[in-house]
Amino acid sequence: MPKLTVDGIELEVPQGATVLQAAELAGREIPRFCYHERLSIAGNCRMCLVEVKPGPPKPQASCALPAMEGQEIRTDSAMVKKAREGVMEFLLINHPLDCPICDQGGECDLQDQAMAYGKGGSRYEENKRAVTEKYMGPIVKTVMTRCIHCTRCVRFSEEVAGVETIGAVGRGENMQITSYLEEAVNSELSGNVVDLCPVGALTSKPYAFEARPWELKNTLGIDVMDAVGSNVRFDARGREVLRILPRINDDVNEEWISDKTRHAVDGLMKRRLDKVYIRKDGKLAEASWSEAFTAIKAVDAGDSVAAIAGDMVDCETLYAAKALLASMGSNMLEGRQTGLDYDTSSLSAVNYNTGIARTEEADVILLIGTNVRWEAPLVNTRIRKAIKNGAKVFAIGEEVDLTYRAEWLGNDAGLIAKLPKAAADALKNAQKPMLIMGGGALGVKGAHGDALALVKKYKLVRDDWNGFNVLHMAASRMGGLMLGYAQKGGVKDIIKAKPKLAFFLGADEADFTQFGDSLKVYIGHHGDKGAHAADIILPAAAYTEKNGTYVNLEGRVQRSNKAVYAPGDAREDWSILRALSDVLGHKLPFDDFAACRAAMVAELPALGVEGVADYGWEVPKLDTAAKGKIAYPIKDFYLTNAVTRASETMNRCSAELIHGEEILEAAE
Amino acid sequence: MSFDFLQDKDRIFTNVYGFQDAGLKAAQKRGDWDKTKDIIKRGNEAIIEEMKASGLRGRGGAGFPTGLKWSFMPKEAPKDKNGNPRPSFLVINADESEPGSCKDREILRHDPHKLIEGALIAGFAMRARAAYIYIRGEYIQEARVMEAAVAEAYDAGLLGKNAAKSGYDFDVFVHRGAGAYICGEETAMIESLEGKKGQPRLKPPFPAGAGLYGCPTTVNNVESIAVVPTILRRGASWFKSFGRENNHGTKLFQISGHVEKPCVVEEAMSIPFKDMIEKHCGGVTGGWDNLLAVIPGGSSVPLVPAAQIMDAPMDFDGLRDLGSGLGTAAVIVMDKSTDIVRAISRLSYFYKHESCGQCTPCREGTGWMWRVMEKMRDGNAEIEDIDTLYEVTKQVEGHTICALGDAAAWPIQGLIRHFRPEMERRINERKGSDSLPETMEAAE
Repeated sequence: MPKLTVDGIELEVPQGATVLQAAELAGREIPRFCYHERLSIAGNCRMCLVEVKPGPPKPQASCALPAMEGQEIRTDSAMVKKAREGVMEFLLINHPLDCPICDQGGECDLQDQAMAYGKGGSRYEENKRAVTEKYMGPIVKTVMTRCIHCTRCVRFSEEVAGVETIGAVGRGENMQITSYLEEAVNSELSGNVVDLCPVGALTSKPYAFEARPWELKNTLGIDVMDAVGSNVRFDARGREVLRILPRINDDVNEEWISDKTRHAVDGLMKRRLDKVYIRKDGKLAEASWSEAFTAIKAVDAGDSVAAIAGDMVDCETLYAAKALLASMGSNMLEGRQTGLDYDTSSLSAVNYNTGIARTEEADVILLIGTNVRWEAPLVNTRIRKAIKNGAKVFAIGEEVDLTYRAEWLGNDAGLIAKLPKAAADALKNAQKPMLIMGGGALGVKGAHGDALALVKKYKLVRDDWNGFNVLHMAASRMGGLMLGYAQKGGVKDIIKAKPKLAFFLGADEADFTQFGDSLKVYIGHHGDKGAHAADIILPAAAYTEKNGTYVNLEGRVQRSNKAVYAPGDAREDWSILRALSDVLGHKLPFDDFAACRAAMVAELPALGVEGVADYGWEVPKLDTAAKGKIAYPIKDFYLTNAVTRASETMNRCSAELIHGEEILEAAE
Repeated sequence: MSFDFLQDKDRIFTNVYGFQDAGLKAAQKRGDWDKTKDIIKRGNEAIIEEMKASGLRGRGGAGFPTGLKWSFMPKEAPKDKNGNPRPSFLVINADESEPGSCKDREILRHDPHKLIEGALIAGFAMRARAAYIYIRGEYIQEARVMEAAVAEAYDAGLLGKNAAKSGYDFDVFVHRGAGAYICGEETAMIESLEGKKGQPRLKPPFPAGAGLYGCPTTVNNVESIAVVPTILRRGASWFKSFGRENNHGTKLFQISGHVEKPCVVEEAMSIPFKDMIEKHCGGVTGGWDNLLAVIPGGSSVPLVPAAQIMDAPMDFDGLRDLGSGLGTAAVIVMDKSTDIVRAISRLSYFYKHESCGQCTPCREGTGWMWRVMEKMRDGNAEIEDIDTLYEVTKQVEGHTICALGDAAAWPIQGLIRHFRPEMERRINERKGSDSLPETMEAAE
């Protein structure tokens, strides 16, 4: 622990800290552009220069200089002030003065630091540099004249996203950041470079000229596009969420979010269900809430009632529906709409036990039937980190580009029980072996049992380490399983029971033809497959429009907050179920959201504590001897749920990045 | 003339003009590869000590003591993650691109075996596994000669396994650059060797700790390595007998510009400027009164006006005292027909063109400095602009990752220090006239 002084303040800093980190520990702000905590150190912007003794009599880049015993660091000397002013002047001489029409305005590092550390005026009288725009795909808008060459975007795409499609060409003042062949940046994480860019060179294309940051109301939320539960911020103006940004949570998404999380947001204003509909003579017709409720009562379902939950539903909604069904005498609950029927007798056997963050520690990883890159992009970044630390990855399934080198063993579920020697030896010798089983593999009979058999064979579970993981794809999955949304035979059991009344809670992926005789009530927010098949539509709130509890794939209980009101007649889901329960004569015992949540927590205390729920560790006895090919469930990363299908940006991404269509631009 | 000129018997580079063959046989006749085995037998430490005692300072420009540099290399091979020892490397900087410098070229094409033998001995001394000779891309003939010489040495058993029967395994690779000045910077050279874009690395870590492929590496100039065998044969005291204290040895000087006979010549260090020009170059064109200024060490050192350079000793300390430097000893002589502002402006253009663009002050500053210099050329500026220009050079100098920023700033600082009246004259004269300026624009 080196002891040093910063501006006369004595302090001890951790071993391996940089001078910049030491200064921050001492409460000194060091301006910077290229330095970023989660990327490699470039040291090229020269904004973080400080004076360090002992050392050469010139300012040193603090981001790259190791903190040493006895250093005297000055961040407030005349030399430092002059150095900062000098660098700032150089950064600004070729930077356009187009702040009034720049989307970065108001949240621009260059603007802020020019105010704090720059000189008042300009001495540069020559012509400024102009740089042609680069094409970086449907997500990233470029105005490269504004680029200050910090190379954060280059380092991000190489190090985190794992696609080497952004780089610097040319040299000197002609150096340009470009997507080499002007191809779309083919990464599901590309939107993060917009956050990283300290200036307005890379901005969000779908959000271009939408709003200024000071107009927006920020609400802390949780993402529901996949089961990672990324921590996000909803930025809303009026009744519209205009953009979604990541929040820092080192246990979950670090500082990144996928493009789907970020840009499906425009889908929230399209194809919304904002009125009650009842199907009359085969056609959906507008109706009132009471007409709809009466129609539901008229079925006189008794206990022949079922609820099928979609992928984006919060726990409170699930709980309210469960409570309603329970009071009617039914427990026909299911969340695995597509027909999966894996064993749920032990939640630990279907959980991501290692934890997202600790994935980085693994030294051998076996992927079974999962395209992690699409199913959980932010788990994929952790696997990349593990590889950087020396981990080896083996994979069973159809070969896909995961952005790193995996040894593909073949696409045959039989391989799980009979691992090839290389993989078996690696797992045997590993200190922290890890197995990740995807939704695709869970659908293969016997695969779950085969995978669980590996736990004992390779000691996947040891002191302070549980290497058995199941990777879910639905935000509502773990919460649903905790609340009992699982039948032994999956959704087939419900179909077999032929319920008179079936609630579809935002469920759009089920096979609705199987419910021919049931009265299908769709409670959801988008006019998608579920609504098309429904007999009655009750408009509900999307994830940005309600408070809610979500449990991510590692069993982490997280709370999301309401950013805006649902449109039109749409109501929050729990309140719809509460109102309906009254009409059906099974009045639910809560009158507001807080009471609903309290009742849920009373029944399931784990949902009342934010953080990772404890499922214990128990291995159920399951069928083994799987065989056959494994298919990945996600066919198109950008179009996986009703919100994304309604989103113009997601459709554009899908067309261009998945299907390789040329996007026609308006003639300029 | 009082100076003791270097006698032929004391010349290290006996084929610098290429009067003889560059091949192995001819080189051996000149004394190369003579008992190399015995030199290596002396052991690593003895060789490094001898080099330290010789007082050889690096010939690439910075003048860092060569023996001391070698001693920074680890004596025990560092281990990688899996516990395997990492090799060490010697990188020989033959990316001679400094305007004015042309000495390495003569060694490469006329005396390649001096360099190869030096590489083996130096590599052995610093416990290196191999040497990489990084040759400037434009040196096509030189690279061919070098490649042929290396092949000859392998065939004769002087390189490879049990090199020169010394019991030491050593390889030499010739690598050709692609024509970027910045690749002459040691860490940029390492990046380039690794196949990356030639951009200097941050230091620390220094190459002796983590250099080529993350292994301990020493980067030396061609001349520094090529003189090693002769120093070890004739002894440190012989080499030390030339030059002033702290500036010992012989040196290849390259005199270009306004002299009667421009040349590359090996001379003793600390030779007075005037004696050197009189003896080897036939004097300044138009006589000594016609001398305007001299850039004594290649384009990146500040110029020295005629009056100050005349009797100055040509060595590291003597020129440092004049606010300039010996650099690579590329002496650019300019007589009074020179448009001195234009000359320096041309150098500014060179640095703008060669800046790698990685770090801010150099990327933005070199362009700015050149543009203002172009205005200074015909006085299309204000008097205050001279001060602004000087401040800009100070904002670049010492704020960059590598020394290119300094190299771009120094020539302009030298100009302003010594020729400010000339710059002011142009501005004032132009204010009196109304002719249109002819200004160079950056190629887009």
